Amino acid sequence: MANLLNDQVKDQIKSHLTQMVNPVTMVLFTQSNEAACTYCSETASLLQEVSGLNDKLSYEVKDLEKDNDLATQYGVTLTPSFVMLDGEGNYTGVKFNGIPAGHEINSFLSGILGMSGADPGFDTQTLDRIKKINKPVNIKVFVTLSCPHCPGAVSKAHQLAMLNEHVQGEMIEANTFQELSTKYNVSGVPKIVINDSIELLGDQPMEEFLMRIESL
Amino acid sequence: MFSFDVTQKTKNDVFVHGAVFDALVVGGGPAGLNAALYLVRKGKKVGVITKEIGGQLHNTSEVDNYLGFTHILGKDLSDTFLTHANHLEIPILNEVSVQNIQKVNKDYEVHISNGMILHSKTLLYATGGSPRKLDVKGEMIYANKGVSYCTTCDAPFFKGKHVIVAGGGNSAAEAVIDLVPWASKITVVHRSQWRADDVLLKKLTSIENLTIHLETQILEVLGQDTMTGLKVLDKKTNETFDIEAEGLFIEIGTIPNASLIRHLVQTTSSGEVIVNDTQETSCEGLYAAGDVTNQPFKQIIIATAEGAKAALAMNQYLNQ
Repeated sequence: MANLLNDQVKDQIKSHLTQMVNPVTMVLFTQSNEAACTYCSETASLLQEVSGLNDKLSYEVKDLEKDNDLATQYGVTLTPSFVMLDGEGNYTGVKFNGIPAGHEINSFLSGILGMSGADPGFDTQTLDRIKKINKPVNIKVFVTLSCPHCPGAVSKAHQLAMLNEHVQGEMIEANTFQELSTKYNVSGVPKIVINDSIELLGDQPMEEFLMRIESL
Repeated sequence: MFSFDVTQKTKNDVFVHGAVFDALVVGGGPAGLNAALYLVRKGKKVGVITKEIGGQLHNTSEVDNYLGFTHILGKDLSDTFLTHANHLEIPILNEVSVQNIQKVNKDYEVHISNGMILHSKTLLYATGGSPRKLDVKGEMIYANKGVSYCTTCDAPFFKGKHVIVAGGGNSAAEAVIDLVPWASKITVVHRSQWRADDVLLKKLTSIENLTIHLETQILEVLGQDTMTGLKVLDKKTNETFDIEAEGLFIEIGTIPNASLIRHLVQTTSSGEVIVNDTQETSCEGLYAAGDVTNQPFKQIIIATAEGAKAALAMNQYLNQ
């Protein structure tokens, strides 16, 4: 497969990744039956190419069936799906289901920087509220790759996951996972679903995420 | 395949609780960013407070009428503006919303969603507009169940389906063009005649499976679990009929986001902030620019220019 990133884009990403603080590992789950996995090979290429742009970034490819124990540990059930691990190899709940191309490259890069320990830029009051979350929270953010409002919503779900062990944040590319989109009645994005019970449409400020989580 | 954001860290250490600014700009779209650019070059202490840098540029897929850019994506134009703002180290507080604006003596007090309160000698209000709704039966019931206000975001959900575009301006014509790769059939319904630019209308002539109903009013969005069609009135014949479709993209302009200063300024009957020829509102020291004002032509380049005008007037006011 030809490279996904041209030299200009590579330079932009490389410059962006200089802000990384600690190492980050990405673990991608694919499946051997390529026909059944839309964008598996493209997602692997993207991770490979981006990993090559900074020494602190690495990636591994696993098979959803063969590496089922690991997939279960990370709560991965779809392909392509990848998680980000911090510098000590811990999974904190940051997951991408589907390829983060198009506008979603922004949530991908912001996820790498955040996971590496870069300052998320929240005030202490917001950080305190995030740290106080003490029950399991799953945030699904359905996106399309042509949606400019979506990466903001994904990044906030991921930031919450990075800052609190009880929170899991996952991007779901709605076109790749149409059955899931149908199950959650997604026909507009970004659509945010918290613990399968609270639905929010459109990108939301962190305040709204926190208010909804605190109401659980 | 990749659409980058310019997510460089903007200078934001000036945003501390209780800080006093020469000029605070509420809104990070073309008007707000350009005003901040002019003000910072004049040496003023400036801060931009915004929910989303670029504002309504994010709702536009392609921009073909901004001088200097033959063809640019709305998002890319927004990034170009931000790069320029970052070059000048304009402080931007992003992804927050302003909850309340008060005039205290001659100054302004701005309450932000993160709990911070900032003060400023002048204020530019450039909050743009939100998508205007049709205000017909069924519209809200089927919002995001077929009814959408963001074509670039939601077009992929309508692959192989019949969709309707409501509206007759440039945004509606662009929505049709954006839907071509996805929808199997597109119908335009507009209550009067086209207002879109000729250059866009010419592009529509080559689209197959496009039906256009002008002088046709939407009466109701029909559906069951999801939207199934529209009930419309042909104003020429005064006959009503139904159009079966699975999606409706509403592109009928914007409503001004003026609620935060409505208690301070005069507005038009449609809620737009009334400004004079230097962008000043009826409230001394409070200026407005862009789609939130009562100037009739909602264009990126006009919003940008209004931001510059406001900034120069604010500078004069501050120097008095």
